[in-house]
Amino acid sequence: MSLHATTSQTVGPYLHIGLTWLIIENLVPAGVAGERISIEGRVIDGDGKPINDALVEIWQANGDGKYGEKGFRGFGRSATDDEGMFRFHTIKPGRVPGPGGKLQAPHIAVNVFMRGLLKQHVTRIYFPDDPANPEDPILALVPADRRGTLVAKKVAGKSGALEWNVILQGRDETVFFDC
Amino acid sequence: MSQIVGYRRPAAGTQPDYLFPRYASTVKRAPTQPLVMLPQTQTELSGPVFGYGEVKRGDHDLTKQHAGDPIGERIVVSGRVLDENGRPVPNTLVEIWQANSAGRYPHRIDQHDAPTDPNFTGAGRTLTDKRGNYRFVTIRPGEYPWRNHYNAWRPAHIHFSLFGQAFVQRLVTQMYFPGDPLLAEDPMFNCVPDEGARNRLISSLDWETTIPEIALGYRFDIILRGPDETPMESRKS
Ligand SMILES: [Fe+3]
Repeated sequence: MSLHATTSQTVGPYLHIGLTWLIIENLVPAGVAGERISIEGRVIDGDGKPINDALVEIWQANGDGKYGEKGFRGFGRSATDDEGMFRFHTIKPGRVPGPGGKLQAPHIAVNVFMRGLLKQHVTRIYFPDDPANPEDPILALVPADRRGTLVAKKVAGKSGALEWNVILQGRDETVFFDC
Repeated sequence: MSQIVGYRRPAAGTQPDYLFPRYASTVKRAPTQPLVMLPQTQTELSGPVFGYGEVKRGDHDLTKQHAGDPIGERIVVSGRVLDENGRPVPNTLVEIWQANSAGRYPHRIDQHDAPTDPNFTGAGRTLTDKRGNYRFVTIRPGEYPWRNHYNAWRPAHIHFSLFGQAFVQRLVTQMYFPGDPLLAEDPMFNCVPDEGARNRLISSLDWETTIPEIALGYRFDIILRGPDETPMESRKS
């Protein structure tokens, strides 16, 4: 039997009704090992304006590079506020295998949903100054001048604090994937 | 080397593009740069598991969430969640949301001049069973105006969100009702060129699940992306 996947449709402007019962901005239950980090950012539209009706979901491995291990589910969901901001408290994931078994640099997978997107955006967050970034097989597929859009920035003076934005259009447009 | 099985790419014309100017909000939100092809890795082939207490008994019945009965026509919406190979997707989280019978959402930005219903808030969720079945009891949603173009009205619909078992299976969609004359005019419904794909968004009246004297049944089967039968490692690239 071969079927076709159901057509994607937008979440529309009223997504909060169905989806914000499960907001998970803190992914780390007490006692989980790993390097604590926070990631904050904005979702910005083609006019440079913050988007207040986006939903950002993340999926990541634990500190040992394992997905779905007991004690750390690795799933987060945040809805943007009036300033277009979303936020997560989590741990830095370990390295997981990529194509051909070659290890990937630490990264977090991201789905972004909003009115005006007929299907979600797929993107990734990488970590600043990680020594594995230059050898990451996925970053290597991204044109060099756009790679920076996938790498979070350190927030000065706040240990573990990172900033990463989703820019929908324009010169600094975030790299979105087709997978 | 472990063999990684990837998920098939969508058949031509069955998934929307990001830019679809008839749906005005896509214009400032669709990417202007080319997407980068992402090989499916462990990251994309795994996904979150739910069911540790998130979904409570009764979350699937939107008619019983408040003190009184909501206004409107009670309906049962059910179906199966399968992958493209026809295999059931068990234990996956299904979230729905919808307008009330007057076409109004209980949401701060919904300005539609239609009554809210204190007995209906329009959100439900459930997990599929071992055979991929899900079932909701709700109220038939009303059509509502939106400002996309002059005299624009959305056909009656229920929003669906599903996780599946892998990041690449994540799907948000909308279910429509058979015979709705607004479908022909709706930019969202018409966002894909493939007529068969569009029509699969329309539920069908289902006598099997209709409860006599109580509620009409509508069936909506949902297909998530399916694993390719050929492992990627054995494919020549
Ligand atoms: Fe809607």
